Amino acid sequence: MSQGGDEGGDGHRPSREDIVRDRIEAFRRRRPRLLDDTVNLAHGAGGKASAALVENVFLEAFRNETLEPLGDAALLALASGERLAFSTDSFVVKPRHFPGGSVGHLAVHGTVNDVAMLGARPAWLTAAFVIEEGFAIAELREIAADMAEAAAGAGVAIVSGDTKVVDKGAADGLYITTAGIGVIPAGVALDARSVRAGDKVLVSGRLGDHGVAVMLARGELGITGDVASDTAPLGGLVADLLAAAPATRWLRDPTRGGVATVCNELARAAEVHIVLHEADLPVAKAVNGACEILGIDPLYVANEGKLVAVVPADQEEAALAALRAHPLGADAAVIGEVHAEPPGVVIIRTGFGGTRIVDMLVGDPLPRIC
Amino acid sequence: MRFVDEYRDPAAARATVAQIEALAGDRHLKFMEVCGGHTHTIYKHGIETLLPDSVELIHGPGCPVCVIPMGRVDDGITLAEQPGVIFTSFGDMMRVPGSNRNLLDAKARGADVRMVYSPLDALRIARDNPDRQVVFFAIGFETTAPSTAVTLLKARAAGIANFSVFCNHVTIVPPLKAILESPDLRLDGFLGPGHVSTVIGNRPYRFVPAEYGKPLVTAGFEPLDILQSIVMLLRQIRDGRCEVENQYTRAVKDQGNLRALQILGEVFEVRPHFEWRGLGFISQSALKLREEFADWDAELRFSVPGVRVADPKACQCGEVLKGVIKPWECKVFGTACTPETPIGTCMVSSEGACAAYYNYGRFNTKAARIPVTAG
Repeated sequence: MSQGGDEGGDGHRPSREDIVRDRIEAFRRRRPRLLDDTVNLAHGAGGKASAALVENVFLEAFRNETLEPLGDAALLALASGERLAFSTDSFVVKPRHFPGGSVGHLAVHGTVNDVAMLGARPAWLTAAFVIEEGFAIAELREIAADMAEAAAGAGVAIVSGDTKVVDKGAADGLYITTAGIGVIPAGVALDARSVRAGDKVLVSGRLGDHGVAVMLARGELGITGDVASDTAPLGGLVADLLAAAPATRWLRDPTRGGVATVCNELARAAEVHIVLHEADLPVAKAVNGACEILGIDPLYVANEGKLVAVVPADQEEAALAALRAHPLGADAAVIGEVHAEPPGVVIIRTGFGGTRIVDMLVGDPLPRIC
Repeated sequence: MRFVDEYRDPAAARATVAQIEALAGDRHLKFMEVCGGHTHTIYKHGIETLLPDSVELIHGPGCPVCVIPMGRVDDGITLAEQPGVIFTSFGDMMRVPGSNRNLLDAKARGADVRMVYSPLDALRIARDNPDRQVVFFAIGFETTAPSTAVTLLKARAAGIANFSVFCNHVTIVPPLKAILESPDLRLDGFLGPGHVSTVIGNRPYRFVPAEYGKPLVTAGFEPLDILQSIVMLLRQIRDGRCEVENQYTRAVKDQGNLRALQILGEVFEVRPHFEWRGLGFISQSALKLREEFADWDAELRFSVPGVRVADPKACQCGEVLKGVIKPWECKVFGTACTPETPIGTCMVSSEGACAAYYNYGRFNTKAARIPVTAG
């Protein structure tokens, strides 16, 4: 945006634009307001509406110091000095089976990954099932087998559970909720507030595979593509990364809302400015193609087997090498860096050479029509 | 994203920007991109951060979602709430505010509203649900109208009686004229709508240079297309020419797509007048179904209130659409009107000038000043 207004060339206009921008920024920093009377799908999409719902309803009711950071996992400090990471997640994916996995794999990986992002080694899971009357036992067996396989791969045991059956029509097939606990090794302290200007932002592999695989598997789009979900347990990758780059500041798995959303959450929590480089984002060709057709941005698409890491610049090479040495991190890349100003904002240098803001999504990533 | 694509090459971008800088000199020129797809490309690739101060882009009325008046959204919601109706819509329309709610709210309250990517998807839903009435919320310029027309022809051929179209298709030339008639407008040229032109061709724009003395270059949708089209406009100005030129030759033929035009003529006729968000009533600016397709016309099959709803007073979408003010100059921009709580339609669609500016543009001048090391 060069200059505004009708009569070009007068010098005070850009500063007026700056004033408007500052006013907007101040407005944006206010707590997200919840104006709706009813819950709609945007409240579950992981963007601004989700944040408004969680902060205004749940945080308001449950407020405590452990919950307050609203991370994917809670950090529990025991009297013995040991620290635990504790997390829970529900899985309602449709379709339940997609290239690369099923809701069973997700139910295990989603929770163990949230636990792993605090640097913990995931150890135990619980699983609760809400099942719609009429659900085929054969499919339930299949999904349980997927969960067992995923748990074995992640090195966790499913140690407690619950089963509820609801009337036909009261649920869509099967919903799974898992909770997980892991022990955080001594000396590991991952915290957004430790992120500093000059730090590097890394991603462990190609972006958007899971979200696009599921969208295509729904079969509503009339396009097909050779894309499989990346669903995978990240505990091993995290352990390797932390061994190679012990000063790693912060980790996050970019699930719902994608890398764009977790970078925004980091920029706000750490009060830093993040600059990403579009040309360095690893995205599979088929994913890019599908995203172009659907009018969505791979930066906002969900991943289920990737992590975003922030490391100090002097450990960038060690971190990248450790990620690339692991089978789940072969396509790892440095995608950006942390700056001080303006805080709370994420921008991207486009492949074309320009820049643009990468904001939180408002609702579901709605497709554009032309 | 590694684009080896020749239309996204940063080296070519730098060379073209240098050309633009040299051609524009110390003038200050304003060009309007008519099409919402162009607005999207401009923000997505950060084109405004590449342009010199001498060239300013004004985002025009070509976002099909942004021009739908509130009364029509209310009509759509009423249709969606009819018992037994499955209401189908493009995703962009779901959050467009009616006078007191949007389609997402209607869905949350129990209406069966489904997002589709094409009217053919809606027809498939009708075929799969023979005991339900399926209504398709048709919006868009000559770009999307042919697919609606093809769908209606298929519905008729297959005798699918439980399908109907709530037609809100509009045409590009009348609003362009309305903008050119606006007394407070100051523009030096237009980037013509590439997608629409693949259908209607370049000839319909001849009045722009002939009657209003403004050059127009039909532009493609890759970022380099936009920059090259700006070069072509600047060359016309340098040479003292004023004409319709075609940058998007790989897709746009002068005569357009004759088959698509024929199908449009077969299915649609021009409405005497249609209300545009922010621009008011514009005569002969929209399409409705021909008499022969009355059975598939949702406006005839169901009773829609058809109540005209005045635009909210604080909202300046009209001025933004005409390029009279920049999004940030609107009184409610970014405070009362945000992508979460849009007052005007320009804030709803990602192609709307206000939403695009809010999401992608707010920090561009500041961001451009931040020293960034190469990645």
